[in-house]
Amino acid sequence: MSLTQNMNRRALALGVPWACHLDITYRCNERCVHCYLEHDDLGEMTTAEIKDVLDQLAQAGTLFLTLSGGEIFMRRDFFEILEYARRLLFNVRLKTNGVMIRQPEAERLLRLGVEQIQISVYSHRAEVHDAITKLPGSLRRTINAIQFLKSQGLNIILANVLMTANRHDHAGVRALARELGVTYSLDPTITPKIDGDRSILNLRVSGSELNQLFREDDLVGDAEQYCAPPPPPGEDEMQALPCHAGHTTIYISPYGDVFPCVQFPLPSGNVRRQKFIDIWQNSSALKDVRSIRVKDLPVCSTCSHAGTCSRCPGLAYMEGNMRGPSTTDCEKSYQRTGIPSANMLRMGRTDSSGAFVQIQPLAILN
Amino acid sequence: MSERYVLRSSAIASRLLGGEMMVMSATDSTFFTLNEVATTIWQAADGHTPLSEIVTKSVCRAFEVEPETALQDAQSFIDKLSGHGILLVSDQPLELQPAGSPEAA
Ligand code: SF4
Ligand code: SF4
Repeated sequence: MSLTQNMNRRALALGVPWACHLDITYRCNERCVHCYLEHDDLGEMTTAEIKDVLDQLAQAGTLFLTLSGGEIFMRRDFFEILEYARRLLFNVRLKTNGVMIRQPEAERLLRLGVEQIQISVYSHRAEVHDAITKLPGSLRRTINAIQFLKSQGLNIILANVLMTANRHDHAGVRALARELGVTYSLDPTITPKIDGDRSILNLRVSGSELNQLFREDDLVGDAEQYCAPPPPPGEDEMQALPCHAGHTTIYISPYGDVFPCVQFPLPSGNVRRQKFIDIWQNSSALKDVRSIRVKDLPVCSTCSHAGTCSRCPGLAYMEGNMRGPSTTDCEKSYQRTGIPSANMLRMGRTDSSGAFVQIQPLAILN
Repeated sequence: MSERYVLRSSAIASRLLGGEMMVMSATDSTFFTLNEVATTIWQAADGHTPLSEIVTKSVCRAFEVEPETALQDAQSFIDKLSGHGILLVSDQPLELQPAGSPEAA
């Protein structure tokens, strides 16, 4: 077992919120077509409130802190927050579109000992990237930022969200990442809007496109192994946690709302009304999340993919039931292996034509 | 042997987890867990207190070990961490530079 796995296991056993994703603003200078956020400032936490939250997280034992948004540089106090976080010895990772980063910002990020910076790039072609961000010139500025950051020796991940508008461009973005000397990551996940609006899900790439992606060794490693039929899930898989959200990881919004994960908007408390540690230890929502094992998932526990599926309980929650299947992941499991999921079989389907909907098992409806 | 001074690098992250200090370098993402003795040295590594004093005052007192043995162990621990840029070592006192301050450039 690696040291990192060992630490995660210890954090779990000790009930420590080992990693926190803190969005410091939902404001943004881009207007990405697939973004799930509402960008108006509805009363963000002040600098003092955020510092207080950071104190509380450090006290609770959090080591990994991801600062994200919105666009983090939209906050004038961003460096003050970052500096404070580093004084508290958090391991800090940032997510940004990079358009406000120039040489001085890059130098300052290096001095502050930021471990990793994830930057979104949608295409190597300006006309495609800028049409997605709706900010003319954004690709140029983002690439400049990556070069500034890279010249400081910072660790950069180029994050490529895949959707209909850029579905032909991932190879180009990968080549761009290679040229810039940074790590490339691809994610085909589009989530519903924070207000529940599901219209942006139309931007998801099709099942047949996923099917092709999963067969590219460059993206998935050994494609044959990646797409192999899943081994039958055993007792260990049934006893496993659905994921780490709410167990060792937590999300805090710019308004102080606490959720198990940025992709799992189950209201669990608010740090403006309660101490973080009270929420972490006593929230009934978090306790409910923590009580769930794979064997408790009425549909998924009967699925041959249960041991290998990337099922996200947050996406399942957004579909209506956190104990239900996540149909995005049903689609992925099916396209990866060609084997229908339990959710599909219950709908009487053996292929992926038509939309996927989450089956509400009778056990849950009762 | 001349006196040595040790200072925690500003490019690290660390947290106590179940009584053990976890230290991570932001530069190369390497992780270390420090045992209790190493944690004591780590916490005392302020750049001003000579290593010999850290060993005699903090380590020997807390763990009832002989100064020579403790100093030898401390030296090898320090060499390992300084190799990863996690501890700065000098024969002169070192100044703690707050992360992100202009002087830290
Ligand atoms: S599986 Fe979903 S809820 Fe769990 S950590 Fe991943 S994104 Fe968050
Ligand atoms: S494929 Fe669907 S039904 Fe099967 S485990 Fe994954 S989410 Fe659940």
